[in-house]
Parts: sequence; C-alpha cells; structure tokens
Amino acid sequence: MKKLKSSLLNMFLSLTLTCVLAGALLATVNDITQAPISAAKKEKLNLAIKEVAPQYNNSPTDEAYMSAISAGDSLKIYPAKWNGELVGAAVESNSNQGFSGMIKVIVGLDAEGKLLNYKVLEHAETPGLGSKMEDWFRAANHTVVGKNLATTVLKVSKDDGDIDAITAATISSRAFLNAVNRAYMAFSGKTADTDSATEATTSASGKVKH
Amino acid sequence: MKSIKILLNGIIHENPTFILLLGMCPTLGTTSSAINGMAMGLATTFVLICSNTTISSVKKMVPDQVRIPIYIVLTASFVSVIQMLMEAYFPALYSSLGLFIPLIVVNCIILGRAEAFASKNSVYHSFLDGVGNGLGFTLALTLLGLVRELLGTGKCFGFSFYPENYGSLLFVLAPGGFIVLGLLIAIINHIKEKKNV
Repeated sequence: MKKLKSSLLNMFLSLTLTCVLAGALLATVNDITQAPISAAKKEKLNLAIKEVAPQYNNSPTDEAYMSAISAGDSLKIYPAKWNGELVGAAVESNSNQGFSGMIKVIVGLDAEGKLLNYKVLEHAETPGLGSKMEDWFRAANHTVVGKNLATTVLKVSKDDGDIDAITAATISSRAFLNAVNRAYMAFSGKTADTDSATEATTSASGKVKH
Repeated sequence: MKSIKILLNGIIHENPTFILLLGMCPTLGTTSSAINGMAMGLATTFVLICSNTTISSVKKMVPDQVRIPIYIVLTASFVSVIQMLMEAYFPALYSSLGLFIPLIVVNCIILGRAEAFASKNSVYHSFLDGVGNGLGFTLALTLLGLVRELLGTGKCFGFSFYPENYGSLLFVLAPGGFIVLGLLIAIINHIKEKKNV
C-alpha cells in the first residue's frame, strides 16, 4: 500500500476516523472500570470512617449529610450511631491554608466533641516535612488525639496553643489543626440540633428516626 | 540479531533518561521513591508499547501533515485507558502517582519514538523498540528512585537500612533529584568512555 497523500480529504478522513476509534475505545474502558472505581472509592472511605469513628452499627455513608460552617463552606459528616443513638461522627474536613494545596483529613469525634482519631486523606505538603502530619499528631508528646474540641481550640505552640508543630513545618501544622477545628465546628453545629431532636425522640417514645 | 539490537538500543545505547535525557519532568517528579519510579516506568512502558505498535501499523494511512495530531490522539487514548484501569484495580498506586499519569501523554519519549522509529519501521520492530525504550526508562527511574530514597530516608522498597533521621531530606526533594541524576549520568559516561578506549 502506498502512503496516503496529504490532501484535504485524506487528512480530514484520517483524523476523523482516529478520533472516532479513540472515542469508542475510551467509552468501552470507561464502562468497564466505572463500577470498580466507585467501589474502590467507597471502600476506602468506609475503611477511613471505621478507623476514626467510635464503634457504630449504622451505615454512616448512607446517613451522611452536609453541615455548613459559613456561607458556601460546608463539610460532610458521617454520623456514627449505636442502636440509633448518636455516639459520634467522622467528619471529612479540609483546609486550604496548607503550604501547597488543599489538605483533606477525616476526623473522628465522639458525641462530646473529643477527638478520637484522624486520618489524612489527601495533601500536597513537602515530603519529609509537612507530610509527617499523619504520624506526628499521634506521637505522645504532641498528640491531638483525646483533646476535647468542645472546650479547646487547637493551636500550635507558636500561636500560644499547646500542640507542638511539626519541626520546620509550622504552616502545614497550622493548616492541619485548622482542618481539625473546622471538623468540630461543622459537627457541633449539628449536635445542637440533634440534642433537641433526641429530646423530641424520647418524648415521642422513639417514633422520630434520624 | 537485529531484534536484540533494537531491544538493547533502548535499554543501554540510547537509554532515554541517561543518554538522550528525554522525559525529565516525570523522571524527577516521580522518583522520590524506588517503587514510585518503577510504577511510573512500567506505566510509560505500557503506553509506549501500545503507541509504537499502533502507530507503526497505521503509518501508511496517516497523511504526513496531520501525523502529529493523530499520534497525540492515539497516545492520549492509551494513557486514559491505563489511568482508568489503574484507578479501578490499583487505587493505592494511583493515588501516589496521581498527576503524573496524564503527563505520560506529553512525555517526549513517546512522541519521539513514534516520530523517529515507529513511523519508519515494521510493526514487530516498533514493538521491540517500545519494549526496549520502556524498560530502559523503567530501569533508569527505578535506579534513580532507589538512590534518592536510600539517601533521603534510609529505606528502599519498604526495607529500612538505617534510621530515617540520618537521611538527608534534600535527596527526596527536587534539587536532590537533579543532583542524583547528574551523578548517575557522570558515572555512566565514565563507564562508557573506559569501554571505548
């Protein structure tokens, strides 16, 4: 076969054909992988919730709701319930005050606002410095786990707080604590409501469901 | 005989990273650890084999004046395919390579091999060229990642060789990437010169 000449018709046809075939290939693969991708994402989320939230026997992902902190700024909350009673929640929080890009964490709180556990979902901090946050804030002498966010706002020691920042990564540390504080803000905004709702529930002898 | 020569050409004589210095962006970006470098190399290898083979088999049907857009559409499709497959079946790897997968499209090794080799040679030889260059790239990235991770964190492939505190963070960051790359190229040039004399 001779090589095709670069005539207008040839160029038009070959480009069109290539794009149609490429489109068909992509559509097929997208079809095949769609289900596994969403399953993998869901499983990752479920694992993260299980890791940080108090023990629950409901399905937090199905009962998830958005809680607004301020206008146009809301966080997703996965309530953890034991036999229908709210025992805490996993809050998907974020902060844009990081050293580079968004920091996303999932924070586990009990009903009183005590921080149970956390997990960094996504960050783009400097490797070896800011990226240490996953372990740093668990270490015994500067942990945030067990702090009651209802009574204290977490701050790094440079800002007169009682949490030691990661060495050489104060900005990342501030952003991390900011994300944790925001998680409680979102959660508490709702607990006020649920408290009254629980009272209503008890008086109506358990008719109202969450 | 020629097949072996083509294969070795990509791995050793014209190694895309160490000799031709092609595709430096993903090279420096992903080699902060050996495993990341290897994964990036293998992903590129896959795309390279697919693109080389396809481009070589359609080379007669591609008019010269629109060959570059067609090559790019083909490579971009393969990259999207591998991205979706990775996200579906290897989510952990996908999240650590993240941004660099779509960047394979503009990796000049791919277009370079398409232009310089696949558009002129037979399908079988183009396939071998893809394998050779892909493996060469993978090898180079793994080596680079290995050295950087070892110097930077004292670990490699999950094994710890010395406490992390003694590692020099510089090597995990971008400047360390340049330094290690430069030193490795120097060593390779040295060996090459010795051989030629």
